[in-house]
Amino acid sequence: MNVRFDKPLGEERPDNPSRREALKMGGLVVAFLWLGGGAKVLGRAAAQGPVAAGDAAFAPNAFVRVGTDGSVHLVMPSIEMGQGAYTGQATLLAEEMDLGLDQIVVEHAPANRKLYANPLLGEQATGGSTTIRFCWTTLRQAGAAARTLLVNAAAAKWKVDPAQCTVARGVIRHEASGRTVGYGDVADAAAQLPMPEKVQEKDASAFALIGKPLRRVDTAGKVDGSLQFSIDLRVPDMKIATVKACPTFGGKLVAVDDSRARQVPGFVAVLKIADAVATVGEHFWAAKQAMDALDITWDHGPNTQFSTEQLFKDLAEASKNGTPIPGKEVGHVDGAKGKAVEAVYQLPLLAHATMEPQNAIVHVRPDGCDIWTGTQVPARCVDVAAKLTGLKPETIVVHNQYMGGGFGRRLFEDPVEQAVAFARQVSYPLKVVWTREEDIAHDRYRPAYYDRIAATLGDDGKPVAWKHRITSGSVLATFAPGAMGKNGMDADAIECAADLPYEFPNVKVEWVRHDMPEGVHLGWWRGVGPVHNVFVIESFIDELAHTAGKDPLEYRRSLLQKNPRALGVLNLAAEKAGWGKGSLPARVGRGIAVAAPFGSYLCVIVEAEVSPQGEVKLRRAVAAVDCGVAVNPNTVEAQVQGGLIFGWTAALYNGITLKNGAVEQHNFNDYRMMRINETPALEVHLVDSKETPGGIGETGTVMAFPALFNAVFAATGVRLRSYPIDRSALVQGADALKAVVTQASDHGAAKEGKV
Amino acid sequence: MIVLNINGESRSVDVPDDMPLLWLLRDVIGLTGTKFGCGIAQCGACTVHLDGAAVRSCVLPVSAVGTKAITTIEGVGASAVGKKVQQAWLDIEVVQCGYCQSGQIMSATALLAATPEPSDAEIDVAMSGNICRCGTYVRIREAIKQVATGKKVAPQTIPNEAPAAATSQVLSFVRVESVA
Repeated sequence: MNVRFDKPLGEERPDNPSRREALKMGGLVVAFLWLGGGAKVLGRAAAQGPVAAGDAAFAPNAFVRVGTDGSVHLVMPSIEMGQGAYTGQATLLAEEMDLGLDQIVVEHAPANRKLYANPLLGEQATGGSTTIRFCWTTLRQAGAAARTLLVNAAAAKWKVDPAQCTVARGVIRHEASGRTVGYGDVADAAAQLPMPEKVQEKDASAFALIGKPLRRVDTAGKVDGSLQFSIDLRVPDMKIATVKACPTFGGKLVAVDDSRARQVPGFVAVLKIADAVATVGEHFWAAKQAMDALDITWDHGPNTQFSTEQLFKDLAEASKNGTPIPGKEVGHVDGAKGKAVEAVYQLPLLAHATMEPQNAIVHVRPDGCDIWTGTQVPARCVDVAAKLTGLKPETIVVHNQYMGGGFGRRLFEDPVEQAVAFARQVSYPLKVVWTREEDIAHDRYRPAYYDRIAATLGDDGKPVAWKHRITSGSVLATFAPGAMGKNGMDADAIECAADLPYEFPNVKVEWVRHDMPEGVHLGWWRGVGPVHNVFVIESFIDELAHTAGKDPLEYRRSLLQKNPRALGVLNLAAEKAGWGKGSLPARVGRGIAVAAPFGSYLCVIVEAEVSPQGEVKLRRAVAAVDCGVAVNPNTVEAQVQGGLIFGWTAALYNGITLKNGAVEQHNFNDYRMMRINETPALEVHLVDSKETPGGIGETGTVMAFPALFNAVFAATGVRLRSYPIDRSALVQGADALKAVVTQASDHGAAKEGKV
Repeated sequence: MIVLNINGESRSVDVPDDMPLLWLLRDVIGLTGTKFGCGIAQCGACTVHLDGAAVRSCVLPVSAVGTKAITTIEGVGASAVGKKVQQAWLDIEVVQCGYCQSGQIMSATALLAATPEPSDAEIDVAMSGNICRCGTYVRIREAIKQVATGKKVAPQTIPNEAPAAATSQVLSFVRVESVA
């Protein structure tokens, strides 16, 4: 992500930490406080202490805890939602401390912005594919500082030069004398030493862990059911609730008749807040049965006329008559001479649909509040709980948990806020679990976009002018208003559009802001700004190649001559996919896309088949990835595989539509997910790169859309500029359509007799 | 009072007849490895075995279980096939967020117990009821094949209980799958 949450991108930090202070806090300035004591696992009370040091003997910075028994706890600033962040972070720390991953206990960081804010985002948040990018420096320095102090303590004890000592698996050894001592035995002494002015991270040639496909630290408990997500936790005396918010955005709760609900076995209570109702039971089934038995009256509010049709009408109008904010301007696009090409792309709202539905356990007491949940923004959860309860923030503890998927959804604390609003009405701990229907109907949706894009092609077919006007709502404007540019720009809206991998002589990129009606919430969605822009740009580049009569690969190659890393992945993917080789059957095509999102370079080639009835099947996909040093190549591959499938799922099936101010989709029956039988053969090839690591978690999703749509074009000659894929536009002819109706009717599936 | 056989143990429970087995397991017994994902048998996160057959527990009333043996993710490792599936899941590193994987492992184990050497089509049929939002399908397919063939069909992860010094191998890590 190329945005910050604390201030506009590009502004200098006023506070420039000294090197030594930075080492203590891993890049952040705070007072250093050592709590001392024996070696104990971080306790609840200590978990939010000033440096979250717990009782560890040696806590040189916010991330490392060494006990006198030799136990090493690493406190993870980025959360784990499946992307492998814990393993990546632990690998960086363990590498510098010469530990094995098995010697480490990983801990969720407590809510504490001073210690655990992501320096790239300016907030304690996990998102934007930033974890490895910031931890590459922050955690390696933290680990190197810890190792240096521990070795110095041992060397002082032995009265030898620290440079003559080596470390293996947490055991310090003085080579000349053969003496050894464990980290735990010098933890107390190390804690008394002054922080060194600077430490040296390992040279890449000495890496023992980085670059290896090490098994993840979190998976053993995920194959036997023992690892608990927050939805699995059971707190003493807890009751379980489910909720229903007004289905119409911006609506309010008027009245609830709970007479039938009270008959449900296991019923406990009905709770109300301004826009939602909760039913509480001894178990979820009672809560759900009671919810279904409620008779609820809503005031549907101001948005009852709002629909998807209206949304795109408004966006088109804003694109035409709104005030564009300049994003990038090079030369003069309007004077360019040549062949003009232009197109309009429209992208839908999207839901996250994490497999683990939204949930939180909240216990509000007169003296404090405990929150058990899985969140990408723990400090924001404290903020909302403090605001709602009036409790002091230091009495509110967020017990963060492993997340059953995040994808940006858990960057929004609204489910926690809602759970607190209900829980403060009762004395017992309240577990609030959303149904899937609630999750789909009350998400923070990926914005809808309306893009007008145009190019003028010179005699050689290459663009001499490139003009891109993006129109959308702004996630950033509501998520972090202070981070909007001084000219009103949302850096996320133009990411990967203002910084194209191609170099054109005349470029104009601009954004028109069009806010959603009050109550319709937008959110970060895997791939954020780039997932929109790269689809439009790489589809349009394909259109230009076609107009110029050039092969899409050759066309891109000719435009990327000054971008060696982009060219590298382009050529690698083309070679592995056998681009241009062999003949493809009718209605089978290959599509290519290349981009540089999140500091990494990717090229993806998709081979797709379109049936005469318009059904799209992915046959094969090849991805080439240059993400710099791959801290864990297995994780990189997994993220690209999964990211692609996440994107193809949306391309094939997804789009949140609104009618009368409410979402029309409900569950996985009408908000479909790709399944294993639809998954193509999928190859991921990594470039052996020594560059600084780029982001990876969202990159596959970004690439998925244009590669697939370009393949569909190659297969059919039909250019689709929106999704989900419109099958009716891909039907080969009227006869083909008839065929599918007959076929479907034979299986009893086509109830209305039409497609 | 209903008596159920869960992971080899007899359990007496006093719950409404129409309570889906999922909520009995999760909220009454406390076996939370079986997950709630959709509540309408669309996603497979709640998959358990009844006498070895994969069923969606979110729509199965406890009254319909009868005397059939219930196996959950917590108990599946007791069978040889279940144990192999769990190990293959780790060796190939199928898991990402992990939320759906209990259900995936239950479906895969039921498949392999009944069909030790499934074809690609049989894998698709048995596993297409299980959604994975992280998109781990490629590796699920590979892990099933690894169990079926007993051969390492894809790159293996290095177990993290191995000493750090013993991990000096594998620098290029490229997985190539043949075209289906």
